[in-house]
Amino acid sequence: MTTTTPPVPSHWARFRDSYLLYSFKRDLVAQTCLLVFVSMVAAAFLAPWLAPMNPYDLAQIDILSSELPPFWIAGSDPSYLLGTDAQGRDLLSTILYGARVSLIIGFGAVILQALIGISFGLLAGYLGGRVDAFLMRLADIQLSFSTLMVAIIVGAVFKATFGGETFSEYAVVLLVLIIGLAEWPQYARTVRASVLAERSKEYVDAARVMGFRAKRIMFRHILPNTLSPIFVISTVQVANAIISEAALSFLGLGMPETQPSLGSLIKSGFDYIQSGSWWITLIPGTVLVVLVLVINLLGDWLRDVMNPRLYKG
Amino acid sequence: MALLEVTNLDVRFALRQGEVRALRDISFSLDRGERLGIVGESGAGKSVAAFTILNLIAKPGYIAGGSIRFDGQELTTLKPKALQKIRGNKISMIFQDPMMTLNPVLSIGEQMVECLKAHRRISTRDARNIALNKLRQVYIPSPEKRLDQYPHELSGGMRQRIIIAIALLLDPDIIIADEPTTALDVTIQAEIMTLLLELCEKHNVALVLITHDLGVVSQVTQRTLVMYAGRVIEQGPTREIINDAQHPYTQGLINALPQMATPGQRLNQIPGAMPSLANTPPGCAFHPRCSFSMDDEGNPRRDCRGLVPGFVTSGNCHVACHMVRDLVERDPHDSGPSKASQGVS
Amino acid sequence: MSQAVTQVTETAVPERAASTLLEIRGLEKRFPLSGDFLDQLRFERGKLVRRQDYVHAINGVDIDVRRGEALCVVGESGCGKSTVARMVMGLLSPSRGEIHYDGQRIDNLSPRQLLPFRRRMQMIFQNPYASLNPRMTIQQTLEEPLRFHHPDWSRERIRQQVTEVMGSVGIDPDWGKRFGHEFSGGQRQRIAIARALVVDPEFIVADEPISALDVSIQAQVLNLMMDAQRERHLTYLFITHDLAVVEHFGTRVVVMYLGRVCEIAETRQLFAAPQHPYTQALLSAIPRLEDDRPDHIRLSGEVPTPVNLPSGCVFHGRCPHANERCRQEIPELIASSGGTRVACHAVEEGRITA
Repeated sequence: MTTTTPPVPSHWARFRDSYLLYSFKRDLVAQTCLLVFVSMVAAAFLAPWLAPMNPYDLAQIDILSSELPPFWIAGSDPSYLLGTDAQGRDLLSTILYGARVSLIIGFGAVILQALIGISFGLLAGYLGGRVDAFLMRLADIQLSFSTLMVAIIVGAVFKATFGGETFSEYAVVLLVLIIGLAEWPQYARTVRASVLAERSKEYVDAARVMGFRAKRIMFRHILPNTLSPIFVISTVQVANAIISEAALSFLGLGMPETQPSLGSLIKSGFDYIQSGSWWITLIPGTVLVVLVLVINLLGDWLRDVMNPRLYKG
Repeated sequence: MALLEVTNLDVRFALRQGEVRALRDISFSLDRGERLGIVGESGAGKSVAAFTILNLIAKPGYIAGGSIRFDGQELTTLKPKALQKIRGNKISMIFQDPMMTLNPVLSIGEQMVECLKAHRRISTRDARNIALNKLRQVYIPSPEKRLDQYPHELSGGMRQRIIIAIALLLDPDIIIADEPTTALDVTIQAEIMTLLLELCEKHNVALVLITHDLGVVSQVTQRTLVMYAGRVIEQGPTREIINDAQHPYTQGLINALPQMATPGQRLNQIPGAMPSLANTPPGCAFHPRCSFSMDDEGNPRRDCRGLVPGFVTSGNCHVACHMVRDLVERDPHDSGPSKASQGVS
Repeated sequence: MSQAVTQVTETAVPERAASTLLEIRGLEKRFPLSGDFLDQLRFERGKLVRRQDYVHAINGVDIDVRRGEALCVVGESGCGKSTVARMVMGLLSPSRGEIHYDGQRIDNLSPRQLLPFRRRMQMIFQNPYASLNPRMTIQQTLEEPLRFHHPDWSRERIRQQVTEVMGSVGIDPDWGKRFGHEFSGGQRQRIAIARALVVDPEFIVADEPISALDVSIQAQVLNLMMDAQRERHLTYLFITHDLAVVEHFGTRVVVMYLGRVCEIAETRQLFAAPQHPYTQALLSAIPRLEDDRPDHIRLSGEVPTPVNLPSGCVFHGRCPHANERCRQEIPELIASSGGTRVACHAVEEGRITA
């Protein structure tokens, strides 16, 4: 029956015919979310070119034009589209820069979580026995402390030991480390569960019969087949990390106000809600909510598409 | 009048790749107490056929044409509620995996009583007695104990016996059994098949047995329907089909069995594989694998490639094959084209 | 396999005959049923005791596989036939007993020491849908074992070997860039066979290789395996529940029940004159084309669980010939007529005539 063999499809053709693309084309929510997400990420990372002013540059800040309202309210200044904050920074620019910080911390923390979680999950699932028991108990212990609690303690200790100055300097790295280390068990558990499912399949037996070493089987054979759940969980984790960062910053243990993230922006405006300058808090708050919402909606869609029980292949 | 009359049944699945025709122009009938086998390889559409009889076909599948008449009543247009009365009551079904039918959190007794009460006005005590009686009929040891057990506490063979007891619960006219013993061991399979056969004979219940195992068909059924790529290609008395199959595919299927070859020698394989329903070849769907789709000069026959073969009657069998038609037309007195069967091996 | 050789090995002391490739001696395997330490603790009569339950999958199995033969192991689900196969391939380690391959003990070797044997013995699995890595192309699947076992081979030589094997199992070398899921079950099983053959083994364990396939495809795959045996002088350990396949394919047959061997015989001998009551029941249960009705030996009862093994002969609860001795004493495999070896008191005492 070799006469009817169709040509081998290219990677592009495979993608074009894939269920992923098919369901994306039919899902308006997913399309909108991806559009919003991509434009927000693009805007955030192009902030130095897009933003009307640089909120990090003290020379550009004019304290006299503080607490100006956004353009649709009387008394606004047309050069500050979304108004200004208490220090006179252009709110639009600050949000763009702040979103960049939030996204960097979010993605950075998730990459760290994924590295630790995937390695531990693979080891626990594939080797089983004592390694499994040890790593999973470690995960349980880690999970029994809430992320915020760990972050608050570590942040406070660091601040007390090295002083606020050093803390501000290394805030991004520190937040990535704290959030990254606190949430790896999510990955480890998911990966372990799918490794257990994959390990009992015959292709893994076939690889063992070939004499391949454990490392090769884990990374070359099993890992690529656990990518779907990893993708799905990653979206949720990015959203979670962004929220954790915002919460920490809101508590004053995150980004300093001189290089604000969305969380510290919300915090800095919080005191002014009573005095009528609600926009300093509410606009960055809305941006945060929209960002997290679209990521979560994309994650939901991805989970539906990649669920092996709904779609095989 | 036949008990069940299926005519020109057409079932399609609306998938994203386009419409897939799962059943094409299926016609058969079943008399009261008759045992019919539906044989075919996976993907031939035999399970779809079974599900369609009970109108259990789920979206994206739908009945695109044809009719199913049960006891004079048209089932394809019946309202779900009216259909519910026939399903499980007049026509019951046995699936391959008993755990598909049994609810794991209800005891055997609860499930049987529930089933009875859904169809009849009956007290729980009476229902329990009927259930007990049915369990005895399927030779379940200590049936009183079983009523309070849960499906997972029973072995595979025992579960399938219980399924048969449930299928018999409402004294149906037809039992449709979809690969009832595929998941079971040979010794258990033999027991279950014997049981099914005995019960059908005793209660005059018609049986539609869907299977890929020609040996089982030979043992249990009186008439056989062979399916290929969504169509019936041959039907007739089981004995005649097994001993003197007319259609090249049926012949190939029988000859491919290990017992038809000399031990240690190559088996008589059919080349290729059955096409997917989404991509059936034009004309006779079997022609790319058929050794008779070439004419005497070795050129591909045009009718096999271009024309869906209609049924011709040969002996007591109906066969959809151009080659068989030619043979029958050439020699109308020859009831069976034995030349064809010789040609295969 | 000549008749003379058969006679010698059957009656000779169980020393390794020259033609024996694989030797399984006193093999046992039990799987712990209860989980970790905490799960094992129970209250019994007011005392906290630790109890460990086991599934006794294999209970003392001796099998010899001779060079060049196709030894079929048959039995129903739960008889331990697949467990034997997996232990031979080192996927499971035996609880007791030894496995010798070509004179060398292999069940206690480290993965590194086992490596030279990996090339010589390969395995074909039951489920062609699960036995190919879904993320690897056919070419990658077939090249990887060669790269691993022959790091000194040139890329050209590896490709040549892969193409050669693909041709010999009847798959188009142009399919190399495709993934497993693009193929039908029969084609996938060909690819899985190609993967086993690509390292040029001499011994293949096939665990139900055709059970998941359709009838017409079964014939193709079985033919392929027989062709490969002829061309490459392979030895097979063929695990199956399908006796019709055994009759056609096997040189000798081992019948297993509940982790023990009931009967070992030449295929023709076994089908002509089955001696063990279980073998007789099993053979009578095959649905035959010539039958108009099921006609089989009815066994009473059910297969007991391998957690609490019955005393004596494992089959006694269902055996129509069982007596007190069968309930007490475990039968040994004893040479019987026609070179057959049977583990049955009734056969030994002449209570059953074959």
